[in-house]
Amino acid sequence: MFTNTENARAYANGKNRRVLSGRNLWSGVLFGVGTAAFVDEAVFHQLLHWHHFYDLSTSDVGLVSDGLFHAFSWFATIASLFLFADLRRRNAFWPQRWIGGMLIGAGAFQLYDGTIQHKLLKLHQIRYNVDILPYDLAWNAIAVLLLLVGAVLLWKTRQPAEKKGS
Amino acid sequence: MERGIQPEISAAAFGVALLLLTVIVVYLHAAIQSRNKFKRWPAYRSVFWISGVFFIAVSLIGPLANQAHHNFIAHMSTHLLIGMLSPLLLVLASPMTLLFRSLSVASARKVTRFLKSRPVYLLSHPFTAATLNIGGLFLLYRTDLFFLMHEHILLYGLVHFHLLAAGYLFTASIIYIDPVAHKASFQLRAIVLVAALAAHGILSKLIYASPPQTVPKSEAETGGMLMYYGGDAIDAVLITIFCYQWFVFARPRLTVQKNG
Repeated sequence: MFTNTENARAYANGKNRRVLSGRNLWSGVLFGVGTAAFVDEAVFHQLLHWHHFYDLSTSDVGLVSDGLFHAFSWFATIASLFLFADLRRRNAFWPQRWIGGMLIGAGAFQLYDGTIQHKLLKLHQIRYNVDILPYDLAWNAIAVLLLLVGAVLLWKTRQPAEKKGS
Repeated sequence: MERGIQPEISAAAFGVALLLLTVIVVYLHAAIQSRNKFKRWPAYRSVFWISGVFFIAVSLIGPLANQAHHNFIAHMSTHLLIGMLSPLLLVLASPMTLLFRSLSVASARKVTRFLKSRPVYLLSHPFTAATLNIGGLFLLYRTDLFFLMHEHILLYGLVHFHLLAAGYLFTASIIYIDPVAHKASFQLRAIVLVAALAAHGILSKLIYASPPQTVPKSEAETGGMLMYYGGDAIDAVLITIFCYQWFVFARPRLTVQKNG
């Protein structure tokens, strides 16, 4: 049985999250980029040693883009959690939309990493001394899958959606 | 690798120690004095100030500082301390607020007028501060300056003063702990912060890949990684404080519930 306060809270959340729909999305996107970059660096660079932050780059552009991306993702991880806290205190957190944004962010990062950084700039590869094709396919397929699921979630929470209140 | 400035170190070290001790004593004296006119000066600020000055001391005198003359890893440790950690701690100690509390109203007004002036505005703009900070580092590690610095003690002192001063200016221009005459928007500061962090990361990779003159490859690699991850760690604190300030600034003021 719901009390009046709980009903009011649920109702307010339904309204607030529509007003702050964009902030839900961006908090998720930033968190997704940050998480994907962190997982890449921690798992593949540091634990598995598959590749490192500097694999004899042939391109100065690669170095600069890598640096900018790392800085942005480092900032994004922390900023997204403060945005998340802000949504919670405003009673406007929208899990579906937030997760949709997160998947888009993570997928976009991985696709950028897998196509531009690995292939176009040849900054580093996923792994060395093996047949790289299955790795590249798996890497980019996962990226596209993340983007697709994220896009579905965003489409389901699109604006202005006349869905049920809570 | 022996370098020429060893014999002069002890005299210089004595001077530095005396100066730093004075800086602590003056701060503590002002903190205690301000209790008479205002409410109690929080103890944690004094702790920040003392530890900030302590890390300056560690990077200028003593065993680590001596190591830094011929070992690049030790050198980079001292640079993280004097260029990033100390400035952060000193900013967190709110020295300007304490200064204003200690001055008479007339002199405080003069200082305020100075802080509001055009040159100070240009100098303390986040973009200028970041350029001075990161640009100085690029000059140091991408030109002969690193080599020259170890030949001339005056240059050595000047470079380290610049590291500290530019680090302080940059930190103070990104997070507002003391009262600020010219406030930059959160967006602008976020962009500058990300760009500065990126430039710092790029420079550390350049050091890793092509070391400054006279630095052995293996030391440069460790030093470069220390700069990269050490910079990240301190920047994480800076980013967290920055975002927290936004969090406080953007607190709800009953606007959301009204519309929608």
